[in-house]
Amino acid sequence: MKNIYSTLPVIGILLLTLVSSALPANKPPEKGGVLPVINLPIPKNPTEKVYLGLSGDGFFKIPQIKAKVVIIEIYSMYCPYCQKDAPGVNELYTFIEKNPDLKNKIKLIGIGAGNTPFEVEVYKKTYQVPFPLFPDKDFTIHKACAEVRTPYFIVVKINDDGTHQIVHAQLGDYPGADPFLELVLKASGLK
Amino acid sequence: MQKIRLANLIMVAGMLSVFVTVSMAFAISDAYKGNIYQVGTIKPVDSKLVVKKGNQAPDFSLPSVSGDKVTLSQFRGKKNVALSFVPAAWTPICSDQWPGYNIIKDTFDQNDTILLGITVDNIPTLFAWINQMGKLWFPVLSDFWPHGAVAKKYGVLRSNGVSERALFVIDKKGAIRYIDVHDINKRPPLEDLVGALEKLGK
Repeated sequence: MKNIYSTLPVIGILLLTLVSSALPANKPPEKGGVLPVINLPIPKNPTEKVYLGLSGDGFFKIPQIKAKVVIIEIYSMYCPYCQKDAPGVNELYTFIEKNPDLKNKIKLIGIGAGNTPFEVEVYKKTYQVPFPLFPDKDFTIHKACAEVRTPYFIVVKINDDGTHQIVHAQLGDYPGADPFLELVLKASGLK
Repeated sequence: MQKIRLANLIMVAGMLSVFVTVSMAFAISDAYKGNIYQVGTIKPVDSKLVVKKGNQAPDFSLPSVSGDKVTLSQFRGKKNVALSFVPAAWTPICSDQWPGYNIIKDTFDQNDTILLGITVDNIPTLFAWINQMGKLWFPVLSDFWPHGAVAKKYGVLRSNGVSERALFVIDKKGAIRYIDVHDINKRPPLEDLVGALEKLGK
């Protein structure tokens, strides 16, 4: 009996550890900080795989994307502002891809907070989103980002040694492709 | 003895917290700014259905935000009908449910279905709330007075006066073909509703 009781604190601590991992982060990703741990599935779509410079199967972390800068949009299919901004964010992708100086340096991805794979596909099809979108069905990534409202944009600079730094983050207020690209270039030092 | 009590306390708190944190997740659009009232996690379902699949759907007439009165039976023989009851305006999950339906009008059209959104809120509240969603293509109806009467007819009125988060799909003959009284704390996956719509023609 004594042995059972002596294990209780250990079980309690283990449970609390589990709980803390399920709890939302205190602070959203901010300029000067680093990303929370985000594991995304390597896309099955070959075009998306090539776009991100990834190979094989399994999972990847955002700093593994072959780029100098990664722009992450945390969005939801159910979010009116994300829907409204979708054409402008697509335009940002097009501006980057059409510019030979930027094409291989800046990559764009979207993470659908609370969206199932089906919902992500609906959004992708409705707005003809040309860049990779990832479902976050169980809000795991959204929680790691302190449950930010959507859309939330994070600009990450990837260093040559594999480390990274958030150089810009903003909630909503997407200003359009041109001004946002300008902001990304300045914040990341690409300009 | 005190150490044992503390250990038990830690364990129980840990177990309870898991359930609380897992069920509270939602994403709020910035469209609503800071105006969404946090309700926390509540009892998943707090009513008893009084209809079932295959039953004739109870008829009703309700005022819509646009000013028209909408009667369920007006669609009989013409359109299938999806009813989306959501609990309350300006609350987290409800505010990020209909904007998703708003971008799949083509799916509803392909399945010859009209969507009717219903809450127990009054018209002015609904007007202000849905304006934040952008322009909705489907009617939004107020089941405010007699309070929650339609929700009660279907058995989805909760004990605190709001409705469940519930979906009903009704065919052109007026028969209920699909019911999802969903956990009020979670948004129903879109694929479930779309699957139900696609079965209507079969």
